[in-house]
Parts: sequence; structure tokens; C-alpha cells
Amino acid sequence: MIDTPVLERVLAEALRHGGDFAEVFAEDRSTSSALLDDGRVEELSSGRERGAGIRVVSGETTGFAHTADLTEEGLLRAAEAASAVAKRDGGGTTTVAAGPALTETTRPRGDERGSVSLGSKADTLDLLRRADEAARASGDSISQVQAGCGASRRHVLIANSEGLLARDEQARTRFSVSCVAVGDTGLQTGFESAARTLGFELFDEVSVEELAQLAASRAISKLSARPAPSGELPVVLAGGSGGILFHEACGHGLEADHIVKDASVYTGKVGQQVASSLVTLVDDGTVGSEWGTFAVDDEGRPAQRNVLIDQGVLTDYLWDFLRARKEGRASSGNGRRQTYQHLPMVRMTNTFLLPGEDDADEIVAQTPKGVYVAKLGGGQVNTTTGDFVFGTTEAYLIEGGKITEPLRDANLIGNGPEILKRVDAVATDFAMTPGTCGKDGQSVPVGCGQATLRVTGVTIGGTAE
Amino acid sequence: MSTTIDRGGLKVGAAQGPDDLLALAERVAGWATSGEEVEVYVARGDETEVRAYDGEVESLTSATSAGIGIRVIVGHKLGFAWAGSLDESVLGETLAEARDNATFATADEHVRFAVPDGVAAVPVDLWDDELAAVPTTDKVELALALEAQARGADPRIRQVDAADYGDASVEVALVSTRGIRASSRKTSGYISVGVIAGEGEASQTAGGFSVGRGFAGLDPDKATDDAVKRAVRLLGATKGPSGRSTVVFDRRVATTLLSVVSSALSGEAVAKGRSFFAGRLGEQVGELVLTLVDDPTDPRAYGAAAYDAEGLACRRNVLIDQGVLRGFLYDTVAGSRAGTSSTGSAVRGGFAGTPGPGCRALTLAPGPEGYDEDGVLAAVGEGLFVQSLTGVHSGVSPISGDFSVGAEGLMIRDGKLAEPVREITVASTLQKMLQSLVAVGADVEWLPGIAAGQTLAVGDMQISGS
Repeated sequence: MIDTPVLERVLAEALRHGGDFAEVFAEDRSTSSALLDDGRVEELSSGRERGAGIRVVSGETTGFAHTADLTEEGLLRAAEAASAVAKRDGGGTTTVAAGPALTETTRPRGDERGSVSLGSKADTLDLLRRADEAARASGDSISQVQAGCGASRRHVLIANSEGLLARDEQARTRFSVSCVAVGDTGLQTGFESAARTLGFELFDEVSVEELAQLAASRAISKLSARPAPSGELPVVLAGGSGGILFHEACGHGLEADHIVKDASVYTGKVGQQVASSLVTLVDDGTVGSEWGTFAVDDEGRPAQRNVLIDQGVLTDYLWDFLRARKEGRASSGNGRRQTYQHLPMVRMTNTFLLPGEDDADEIVAQTPKGVYVAKLGGGQVNTTTGDFVFGTTEAYLIEGGKITEPLRDANLIGNGPEILKRVDAVATDFAMTPGTCGKDGQSVPVGCGQATLRVTGVTIGGTAE
Repeated sequence: MSTTIDRGGLKVGAAQGPDDLLALAERVAGWATSGEEVEVYVARGDETEVRAYDGEVESLTSATSAGIGIRVIVGHKLGFAWAGSLDESVLGETLAEARDNATFATADEHVRFAVPDGVAAVPVDLWDDELAAVPTTDKVELALALEAQARGADPRIRQVDAADYGDASVEVALVSTRGIRASSRKTSGYISVGVIAGEGEASQTAGGFSVGRGFAGLDPDKATDDAVKRAVRLLGATKGPSGRSTVVFDRRVATTLLSVVSSALSGEAVAKGRSFFAGRLGEQVGELVLTLVDDPTDPRAYGAAAYDAEGLACRRNVLIDQGVLRGFLYDTVAGSRAGTSSTGSAVRGGFAGTPGPGCRALTLAPGPEGYDEDGVLAAVGEGLFVQSLTGVHSGVSPISGDFSVGAEGLMIRDGKLAEPVREITVASTLQKMLQSLVAVGADVEWLPGIAAGQTLAVGDMQISGS
């Protein structure tokens, strides 16, 4: 994308007025998407975006500028703009010696896996039509189907004044189906998606008909659903139902940017028992082709496996370059950004609870009364208080150790540190699910995973008294 | 997470616009071949963002960006492509890609671009000439001053985790082979602050902000006072009691609720059976006090605009009148599908998005009593005051109407705010909430987003707590 000598000159320009760190992050991203809605192929869209973000760090202050102009002149202008912060501090007199020569030490993921294929438009539309047919064939009450397929390919290049030079090629493909079912009780919805860091190979692993049938069955079953209960009950979360419980209950609270500002309930708790001993929580950007996987993060650090909670004991936080530097340690490979137009910050990758030893069916059988959550939607957390919510999109009552009636969608609410201590059973049926995580205006793809587990009490926000 | 402010995106606004962008859009639209229709949307923007922390600048971002979005219709088939650049080499590629995409779409007689409909645009001035002249150092000083002010505002404020200044200027031009030719420009500025209040072990958070068309008029006192008041009054909050209750929604929360309701008023959602309002036109869907209007021609509205995202004049649309459902919002395609015409309500998320119907400036007619927040609280007597919501995206459906959200706020006793509560949920259905609207405040405040804020009271909601 940019020649190494140009990168070296741009980095030197960025530090001309002072500052102790400079970085160029360049990105070339192509996206394509197709949407079938209301029985029609309504929209095929293609997009292309390329540019670079340049960061200059001077003490505690970061200057940032981005440009869509990848010529040397364009990059030098952005470097000059980003370096304004160093001038402001009264720097400007310092002449920084030329940095170390740029050396590439990591290999792009594409090199190991061979190039990915993006499907043809015709092949993509065939998948959408098959999904539409499968959903509509699932029941007469299915009144509306929307199927979408989005693919993106992202080349990134990162160079910094410490001599780091890294590249990665990241391919992502996502397929989703949303259904509406209509009945005497009104409208209900069902959703299912599959998403991997793959090209069209995703469809070697995933059946779009199965996704469509799952989405349709969720909508249909909720037509006869009763309102969710109101109040505190035991909750069994199915394996792969979302894993978002841990993403919200503690994942965000373990991000070092919240920790260093004392804006997390987990600040100062490393080494302490913060969860039930059944909880071992890992964030791992290297797992297979999961949605949160990459070779290097958006600061050029290799993805790695980080154990955050080990048998209930908090072992570490998640780190990016800046927060790690402040603490005199290495980044954990969790510096991510949405595009070149954004500053990196601490983000999760694939965050999951390691499987336990219980039997999933047995966990339900040993729950006299509760709620069984088969699929979760989104969630949200306040890291400072630890209070979080997560929404159900497929849930049932558990009565007498059996899964009985379907429930309408509701949010569940809890406090992270309290909920983590209430995990009293974890099964072996581990599965991952893809998601999109939003933080401070930036969205990044993440994976969440867990086996079937039980929390002894969560407040359920239904309308039934 | 910290407060995020919608800075309005790339919406078509004031009448006088950038000539060079208009010329560029006209040139690309002129490449249309016979038998095809082409619509070209180009946008260019500048932005500055400053974040202050602990007496220093944590980050300073300055950036310029530009892009193009092209729609092509051939034989009732639509294709779209976009690029984050206005480089000459990109323009032709983008048009070619949009053309290619069109060949794969389903032919649909309703697919068409807007044609000028004779409705005159109401000029709204959304451009602050002075913004471009404000030196970056002044913006930095404002962010630093905001952070210092919040830190010193109350001994119980133990952290200011984000104090931000941001501004943006956006210029847009839209040209089509169907005779649309519109351009506009818009500036915006904001400051926002997030604070953590602490007492003993307990911490609570809240944010405050001030928005405007530029640098002048941004009010650090308002942002700070709001953040501090909200965080401090939650200190000591406990999990509230379960039960049925009247709920009073703070103005900011009401903006969020109206935004969700607005999705169900989209003519496209209705036509596709994805709205709980589908098939209910002319029916009593809410209390008599419920009159809901979308009026982007009101210059006070944050989302005010002269033109919609297809280049038609924005106009005032009455959606619900004294509880009776009177209309939906249409863009050109949705209007055609419904056998009517566009209501000038197309919106789009910048050059990388395609238009669809949506609200810009939704507001409820103030209730006859002329209540402010205190007035609504006094009228309600006993209940729950909700200061902030969580899980709106996961717990509220404009399709089914199911409503279940996390909440924090204060109990209402004897018509006044009493003890704080947290970690509770509030649930009902949107259909039932509209039928149970107890009071609509006259305290209209134009907040960032697509709807005004005004205090609302809704009866008979289920609270889940301890």
C-alpha cells in the first residue's frame, strides 16, 4: 500500500516537532452487500475506502489526523496535523533522531491460509433466495423475510517509530436472516446469523437453510409465547446462546482504559476471587476463523490468548499500546479500531468461558423453576457500577426441571461482580457466536462463547407479575 | 460507556451549498447512458475532536473526509456503490460498480428516483460562518476548562472520565437525471462530559452535554450541572421494588423512546409488515393527549433540514392527531408502494448509505396543563422517575411492540423526587404505553437526535427489582 521508505519519512515528519511515539495505520477496505427483502433483491451495494490515520504521542497526549490521500504529500500533511499536539506542549525544539529501521516480524494471516474467495454476485443471490424459501416454508405464519449477506476484505499496514512494521489481510463474511411471523397476538420476530473471518468458504461450514429455519421458528414460537416473568429467578443459558453475559458482565470492565481511569468495578482486583470457581474466562484473537480473529491488531501487535479470570480469580486486564505503556508492560494485542478514521482503543476479540464438566440436560433437570435462554440478543453495561442488561430473543420457562412454554422477549438485568459469583454449573457443550461490539462510537466484530450454564438468580424484566 | 452525541450525519440541509460539489455531482450524473437513471450524492466534511483528561489533552483529532454514493436504475432495477474518496479515478469505477449491481436486482415497478414535486423548500440556516475561524487552541481550552469545571463542581465527583469538544462541517450535493439538484451545508458543535460520583464504596455515573451549530453558545455550565446533578442524586441507589407503577421519563429518555416509535411510523416498515402500526391508519392508537408531528422545517430542531435525502423539500407531517393514527413517513419508493407520494422524509447515513424513510424532528404537542418536569411529578404523585435507560436496542421492538429495558432513576413520593434506585427493569408494550400516556410535558427541549425531549408520564408499567 505504501513503500517502506515513504513510511520512514512520514514517521520522521510526525516527530519533527517532538513527541515520543508516532504511528501510521493504513487501510484499504472493500465491502459488498446484498439484501433480499419482501421477496425481492432490493439492493446490491459495493464500497471502497482507503486511507491512513497518523498518531503522534507526546507524554499523555495523542494527536491524530486521518486522510484518504495515500500519496507521500497527503501522508506528510496528515503527519504535520497530528504533530500539532507536540508543538502545543512547547516541544518543537527537540529534533528526534531517526527511528529504528522498519522491520516486519509478523506474517499476514492471508499468507498462511491462502487467499480467500469472495463469492460472485450471482452465487450470493442464490444463497439469499434459498434462505428466503426455507424461511417461508417453515410455516404459514411467516409474513416477512429479510436475508442479507455482507462481505469485506481489509488490508491493513501499521508502521511505528519503534521500528514495527506489520500487515494483515482480513476477510469477513456474514449472513443473516430476519423473519416476522403474524398471528392473533400480533407480530413477532426471529433472527439468526453466521459470521466468520472467511470468504465464501463460510458456506462450506454453514447451511443458509438452517439459519433461515432457526430464524423462522423463533418468530413462530413467540406468537404463542406468554409474557416473561418479572423478578429474580434462576437462569440457564444454552451453550452458544450468545456468551454476551460475560462480554457485558465483566469483559468491558476488564478493558484497561476503564481500569486506568478507575472507571471499572474491577479496578485493583487482580489476584482476588471475583467469580465462582467454575468461571475461567479467556479472550483470544487467534481462534480459528471466529468473528473476532485476526493476525495482528490495529496497532500491529500479534493477536494472542489472554486468560482474564482463572477459576474465579482475576488474573489480568486487556491492554492496548498506550495503556500498557503507561503501566510499563506489553500490549495484550487488544488495540483495535473501526477504520483508519478512528483512534485505537482497548477492545475484546473472542471472549469466552471455558467449558465445565456438567451435563447440559442435567442442569435443566436440576432447576425446579427458572428461565431457559436459548438465544440472546444484545446487551449493555455501565463499567463503573457493573450494572448490565442483556436481551433474550428465544427463551422458555423451566418448570419442574423441564423446558416448557416460550416467553416473549425481555431484558435481564444484573450486576457483574454479583452475577459472576452466582454461576453454579457449567456444561461441556461449548459454542461460539458472532457479534458486533460498540464502544465510544466505534463498532468492531467480536466473538462470544460459552457452554450451557446456570446463574442462581438474575432479575428478569418481563411484564407478568 | 461514555456519552456519544449524534452529530447529525450527512443530511441535506440549507439551501445555499457548495458549488464545486454540485458541479462534480452534475458531471457524474451526466455520464448516464440512455435508458438508465443516475443519482449522485457527494459529501465533504471537516471535523475536530478534543478529549481532555486530568488536566491534559488526552487526544486531539483533526480530519477531512469526502465521498460519493451513486445509485443507478436500469429497467426498474436498482444498484448502488460508494467510495470514500472524490478522486477522479474513483468516480468512474463507482458508477460502473453501481451499474453492474443494478443488473442483479429484482425488477420492481416501484423502484424510482424522486422527481421535483413543486413543494418549495423552507430555507433553514444551519451554517455557522464563525466556526472555521475558531483556532484549535480555543477548542482545546474549552475541553480543558470543561474537564476542570466538572472535577471541581462537587466534592463527591471523584472522576471525570471523558470531557470532549467536537465540531463538524459538512457540505453535500445531490443531483439526479430526474431533475433533482440540491445542495446544502451544515455545521455543528458539541461539548460533553462524563462524571463518576462516589461516596464510600458506591459509585454512580452520568453525562451532560451542550450542542449548537458551532463553537459559540456551547455552555459548559449546562453540561457540567446536568452531569453532576444526575450522578450525585443516584448515590446510595439500591435495587428498587417490583410492582406496577406510573413511570415518568426524563426528557432525554423521552427522546430515545420517540425515536423507537418513529421506526414503526416508517412507510416502508408498514408496507413490509414490520410495524405494530400496520393496518391501523385512522384508528385510535393512543390517548387524546397524544399528537405527534415530524417537522424538519422548524429551525430549532436539531435535525432541521431544507431538503430530504432525495432532494425533495422537507415538510411538516402530522403522524398521530389526538391519539388517532393519521399518517406514515414515505420516501419516493415507499410512497409509490403505498399508492401515495413521498412526504419528503428520505434520510440516509452519509455517502455510504441509501435513502429510506425516517424522522428528523419529531415532537409531541405539549399537554394542555403546560407542565414542566416538576409539574408532571406533582401530577403523578407516586411512581418511578427514570433518568436513563439501558438495553433499548436489545429490549424494545418497533415490530412486536414488546418493551423491556434496564433503568435507573428515583422514586416519586408525594409528587417529588425521593430515594434513588438502580438495577431495575421497566416493561410493557409500546402499544399499551401509547394508550396509557398520563401526561406530556410542555418542557420541549431540542436534544441531539431525531426527536425532541419533553417529560412524559406513562401509567401501569411493570417494574422488576428486588
